[in-house]
Amino acid sequence: MSVVEISRVSKQFGQTTALQGIDLEIGEREFVSLIGPSGCGKSTLLRIIGDLIEPSSGTVVVNGKSARQARNDRDYGIVFQDPVLYDWRTVAKNVALPLEMARWSRQKRNERVRRMLELVELQGFENHRPWQLSGGMQQRVSIARALSFDPALLLMDEPFGALDEMTRERLNIELLKIWEASGSTIVFVTHSITEAVFLSTRVVVMSPRPGQISELIPVDLPQPRTAATREAPSFFELVTHVREALHLGHDLDRAAPVTQEAKA
Amino acid sequence: MSTDVPVAVQPVPRGGLGRMVGRRVVDWLPALVVFVGLVALWQGLIVWLHVQQFLLPKPTSIATTFWTDKSELWHAGWYTFQEALGGFALGSGFAILVALVLARWRPLATALLPYAVAANAIPIIAFAPITNQWFGGGLTKSSKIAIAAVLCFFPVLVNTLRGLTSVRPQDLELMRSYAAGNVEIFRRVRIPTALPFIFAGLKVATVLAMIGAVVGEYFGGALNAIGVLILSRSRVFQFNEAWAGVLVVCLFGLALYIAVALIERLALRWVPSTSE
Amino acid sequence: MRTAALRLGLFVVVLAALWGLWEGYRWLWIHEGWTWPFIVNDTTMPHLSDIFAALWGSASPGGVGPRLITVLVKGALFTAKEAAAGFAIGALVGFALGVFLAHFRLLQRGLLPWVVASQTVPILVVAPMIVVWANPKLPDGLKDWGAVALIAAYLTFFPVTVNTIRGLQSPDRRALELMRSYAAGNWRILWKLRFPAALPYIFAALKVSATASVVGALIGELPSSIPNGLGAQIINFSQYYTTEPRGLWATNVIAAALGISFFLVIVVVEKIVVRRAPENYA
Repeated sequence: MSVVEISRVSKQFGQTTALQGIDLEIGEREFVSLIGPSGCGKSTLLRIIGDLIEPSSGTVVVNGKSARQARNDRDYGIVFQDPVLYDWRTVAKNVALPLEMARWSRQKRNERVRRMLELVELQGFENHRPWQLSGGMQQRVSIARALSFDPALLLMDEPFGALDEMTRERLNIELLKIWEASGSTIVFVTHSITEAVFLSTRVVVMSPRPGQISELIPVDLPQPRTAATREAPSFFELVTHVREALHLGHDLDRAAPVTQEAKA
Repeated sequence: MSTDVPVAVQPVPRGGLGRMVGRRVVDWLPALVVFVGLVALWQGLIVWLHVQQFLLPKPTSIATTFWTDKSELWHAGWYTFQEALGGFALGSGFAILVALVLARWRPLATALLPYAVAANAIPIIAFAPITNQWFGGGLTKSSKIAIAAVLCFFPVLVNTLRGLTSVRPQDLELMRSYAAGNVEIFRRVRIPTALPFIFAGLKVATVLAMIGAVVGEYFGGALNAIGVLILSRSRVFQFNEAWAGVLVVCLFGLALYIAVALIERLALRWVPSTSE
Repeated sequence: MRTAALRLGLFVVVLAALWGLWEGYRWLWIHEGWTWPFIVNDTTMPHLSDIFAALWGSASPGGVGPRLITVLVKGALFTAKEAAAGFAIGALVGFALGVFLAHFRLLQRGLLPWVVASQTVPILVVAPMIVVWANPKLPDGLKDWGAVALIAAYLTFFPVTVNTIRGLQSPDRRALELMRSYAAGNWRILWKLRFPAALPYIFAALKVSATASVVGALIGELPSSIPNGLGAQIINFSQYYTTEPRGLWATNVIAAALGISFFLVIVVVEKIVVRRAPENYA
């Protein structure tokens, strides 16, 4: 059964066409990356899946129901590029936020928060304030929060975009472990080719103006992936493949008349 | 505010009450030194330069008067303070309520904010004689409560509106992803975001409330109110008594300000700059 | 064009709503005979139309003499002179004090609490003493209104000082490090970085201060028996309130207009000087 079914989705912002004719199906336990230059609508597509933006046309089915219904049922967790933590809550309370909203009992909440902070290796930071943590730690809190209520689907919008390369690589491996352990489906927006290849079971290459899918590239690297995966020849081949797919889209983009850049 | 730039890990501020108090004393030491210095300078100038004591008496003689008249001054000050406190509570409370209602319809709030800001520029203090008339000539507390309340209303309204509407869009997007309702968004995001703004407004209002009550008394007030006391004393050139009265007003005003500032510190321990 | 029309429309709607609130409240309280919080009648709450009509009527009862609005505008101009002078003095002193305190942290900790405390002084009751003290020292051209300007300045300086300090200390460490990398001295850092960063804060304070200076001028005039300003009119009309309430209301309308104009002048100057989103600074 597929977790996300997108059919013929288009999105207009005023005169600009951000997305056009998107068809995409994402199966259970898949890790799908959306990659493309800025303005290709990858963040918009992610937000349409999460029903944070409504498509101008087309339908989105999440977990067998409408995206709206899925959001109301809290079927997905989301991680933004910004950690979006609330300064007035401690780390533990930030993680507990979605649980409070789902009316979990205090005891169940505490228990789950403890486990989640363990998962992202932030034990001992429960009573810190978000601004007392480094950027990487803040993002880990945000991931713990998104995973805390066991969503079947995890939406991630360039979650490691603002981090340094070393932190990013470490968090990549952590994320794969979490994915493995939680058994959820992940849709991941990035503009890093290596990150997309390293993490995904499938890479969706997008091109801008109007935003559309230019190629679907399955990634058959062996699981679990480790630091060694990054040095395997098959890894480089896939990276090259994605890069060429991106450049193809980019050349098309150059030939196209210059229009106003869409806000992705 | 958190940024997406990595910041150094800081320890959670901890420490016993004793250490907190100790730190506070060190914090206030410079202020104390300045106070003693200023009072000494004032006293010295008057004594050594033989300034006529008629308008500005020596601090020591004000202090002496303050001590001998303390019961009368305290009662007069307390009377006015009650008016100020009533106006503060009424005006600020109503302002927060109105702001909450307006912010429920955000376009309405943003459209009306400039008008609230403009209203904030009205010298409302000039309405004091009118509120006195509303309540039968001004011998009642109600008239002073009214003017103090109107004075407090606009700064608190403007600040609360600003706070409620200055929520970061991504904070709202997160709430939307949880399918949160309006009440929940208010409770969990808008009000916490607005709190620092509200307290800034409340602190301004504390000072205004006391001033409003005293100005109201200038246009006619009960004989046992501090504003009336100061005026009557300075009219008969009892400047020691008048200044002692001014000191009482300052002390009550400061007390209200400090009380609000303390509540702010307790309520906003999460704001990076207040817990430093 | 469309937004301008929309704004104008909103302005009209807001004014109409306020007018409706006033008259509606009046009607309801009179109709129901409610006495809480106060009894509503033509004395406590005159018709708004009557108040504005009074502006065009004669200033003194009996229908002789100049129009009320002429008298009040004259008074407002006099008060505006005091307020403007006080604002200028207060803003300059406030800014200088702010720069000074921002630079010397220890002094800041020593003095700032007393700067805050200074605002709790009931200036209205101190005003007559200031006028009596300052007047003999002032040259003829400044007599009376100069003393009131000092009182206005006293209410003006405080927000400017506080926000100047906050603004000057607002640039973050990286911006300061950039200046250091250029081997910039303290003065250059002040003018090239700290001052521009502080401008939005300072303007936010100036907007508060502009109003405060008008309040200060009014409060200064009230007890110091200076006959030319709006303060004198307030005292005058408050004595006749029970027989002619519209005079005091009309005076308040003009006083409100004066306060708002002072505020708007700063808003316009800010728009010209600061080309950044200014509304985000409280």
